[in-house]
Amino acid sequence: MWGKDGRCRSGYEAIDAFLQSTTPEVLASRRAEAELLFRRIGITFAVYGEANSEERIIPFDIIPRVITRPEWDSLSAGLEQRARAINAFLADLYGPREILKAGIVPEELIYANPAFRPEMMGMKVPHDIYVPIAGIDIVRVDADTFYVLEDNARTPSGVSYMLEDREIMMLLFPELFSRMKVAPVDIYPDELLATLASIAPANAPGVPTAALLTPGPYNSAYYEHSFLADRLGIELVEGTDLFVDNEVVYMRTTQGPQRVDVIYRRLDDDFLDPLAFRPDSALGVPGLIAAYRAGNVTLANAVGTGIADDKAIYSYMPEIVRFYTGSDALLKNVPTYRCREAESLSYVLDHLPELVVKEVHGSGGYGMLVGPAADKKTIDEFAKRLKAKPDNYIAQPTLSLTTTPTFVEQGIAPRHVDLRPFVLTGADKVRIVPGGLTRVALKEGSLVVNSSQGGGTKDTWIVDV
Amino acid sequence: MLSRTAENLFWMSRYVERAESLARILYATSRIAATPSLTREGSNEWESALRTASVLDEFSELYDEANEANVLEFLAFSPENPSSIRSCLERARINARAVRTALTIEIWEAINSSWIELRKFERSDFASRDLSRFINWVKEVSVRVDGSAYRTMLRNDAFYFSRLGVYLERADNTARILDVKYHILLPESEPVGGGVDYYQWSSLLRAVSAHTAYHWIYRDAVKPWNVADLLILRREMPRSMARCYENMVNVLDAIARAYGRQGPSQRLVRRTHGQLLNVRIDDVFQNGMHEFLSGFIDDNNALGQAITDQYLS
Repeated sequence: MWGKDGRCRSGYEAIDAFLQSTTPEVLASRRAEAELLFRRIGITFAVYGEANSEERIIPFDIIPRVITRPEWDSLSAGLEQRARAINAFLADLYGPREILKAGIVPEELIYANPAFRPEMMGMKVPHDIYVPIAGIDIVRVDADTFYVLEDNARTPSGVSYMLEDREIMMLLFPELFSRMKVAPVDIYPDELLATLASIAPANAPGVPTAALLTPGPYNSAYYEHSFLADRLGIELVEGTDLFVDNEVVYMRTTQGPQRVDVIYRRLDDDFLDPLAFRPDSALGVPGLIAAYRAGNVTLANAVGTGIADDKAIYSYMPEIVRFYTGSDALLKNVPTYRCREAESLSYVLDHLPELVVKEVHGSGGYGMLVGPAADKKTIDEFAKRLKAKPDNYIAQPTLSLTTTPTFVEQGIAPRHVDLRPFVLTGADKVRIVPGGLTRVALKEGSLVVNSSQGGGTKDTWIVDV
Repeated sequence: MLSRTAENLFWMSRYVERAESLARILYATSRIAATPSLTREGSNEWESALRTASVLDEFSELYDEANEANVLEFLAFSPENPSSIRSCLERARINARAVRTALTIEIWEAINSSWIELRKFERSDFASRDLSRFINWVKEVSVRVDGSAYRTMLRNDAFYFSRLGVYLERADNTARILDVKYHILLPESEPVGGGVDYYQWSSLLRAVSAHTAYHWIYRDAVKPWNVADLLILRREMPRSMARCYENMVNVLDAIARAYGRQGPSQRLVRRTHGQLLNVRIDDVFQNGMHEFLSGFIDDNNALGQAITDQYLS
């Protein structure tokens, strides 16, 4: 909220005035109200789990995170460019493989990568759209610089929080909405539906039938699946609701089989079809991939998109964007050292106490070194492992993320945030709803925004100034 | 709508209805069993409760004796018994959860809270004096679920399939209660006048909450042919087989209109309903009550299967 010069940043004035004129007691009571509302919705959500499912209600912070319209416009242009490049990259990898022939991305990073799906090679995906739904994680390090932290190109989740957080805020702070011009987000379901319709197979009827495929009520994101299916007005199907006959996908309805043209699947590749992937998957639909290959159904997102958000590929994204769009990436990558390259490796080894070193295929923070927080012994041991297997690691500087005011136990205090906007790529155009999911690290000083580690969410306001 | 959704709604309602029926059976049984002078020589009311619920074999595998404590535990709380009240409420909730978005908040809360409240009754020191409180609670649950469905659901196929579950299950329960007890309705099977029969008939009426209704309709002392008439043929009586079938004819017609197509379910429901309309209670006694009831139970099962084949799979 505050610039380096100590003045209130543009866009935050009304919030600043509001916070100045509002006592902590009033804020606390609004927060209690928000919790109540969330718990109500949350309970509706959490019932899908068992007795202790209440834990899954993610903490919500009542102070919105503000991004001004000009900032958003440039961010949004960068997101669109990135999403287009990701789609072009995937179409190329599973098609002519020009980028490998040009030597921009090393072949072995692709072919030896478990996220690469050889089954997809040479297959035609409708309109070459592989990633109609991307959730691109963004962090901000200063007033002008946004970095892309991760390109989530598989089955990104969290959009229901973007929508629910806004609903709650409009109930709690109508006066702020009347004072500021906040871009609405509730068109997201319409935009998603239009995107899905645009990528239906060529042989689908004018108004194609879409369905949302979920792993079922025991999946942790089931509430989001049911929420979205409701808002989209499409059926929420499990694997057993679908069947394939003569390479066409149908759902079993009370009025007999109904053909399905587009499947928004929230099920991982491995489980989609026991005939094509994991034979023990009871969640999928036998024959689905055959129908997909025959061009009779669209899967959103496509199979094999994980190769585009792989950590090993991430560091090549600036080159990938340039290769397919012909211009420099508008959004920066976090500077990344590839330890597989000798020059980078020696730099990394010399600067371990300042860097974060990650395994390329790791996730969830395992096998990771956070230099500034590690003692000498840990660093020395890690250096040994790094030298033994440099291909397995990348390194990044520790970032000084921006903070936003957050209402915590001690009052209003700065906390670190990230942002996940959702980028919808259709056959006709790219649609980005102005806003996204802002995750906030509620612990003082923490950079970890994951809900499993004390992270919460905030509403994200794109405001006209 | 998805067949699975329709199936979940259908079974959600069936299980709630079944829980209520079991509660009524337990109530009627405990009433008779508590008055030894009213039971017949050599008959075991608790065993006949098991027979009504069609779980005698399952019970015998787990228990030696059909006494009050064992039967109560088995019919009310046993997780081993797939049709105990507990199991019914659990299954109703599992079915409801799977179609959470097809339900209104009110229905979901009625079912979910019943599952939570049930724990209050599941105690090792559950005594027969707690029984009436428990039975009233089960009836309340079913009224809550039914009432919230009536008051809050859209009148579309989701509503229709949940109603079908209620009526199909209810018709089955009424027929079974009668079938187990039909011998007491047979004239001259025992020297009449000892009072035993009279109380047996009343208890049968209580088992279907028809004691007051009987007097309103017949304005007469409780007589076996009237009891049979009330539970089989009287369309005014909500739990009668005729009423259940009249309701199912209407619901299946509504579905056929909405979908623009008739099918085997509509034909079957009309046929059985026609039989109930065209028979008189004297004929039923003349041709054999047991044969009539077993025939009905089979037809009812066939209708359930036809609905499953036509819509739910």
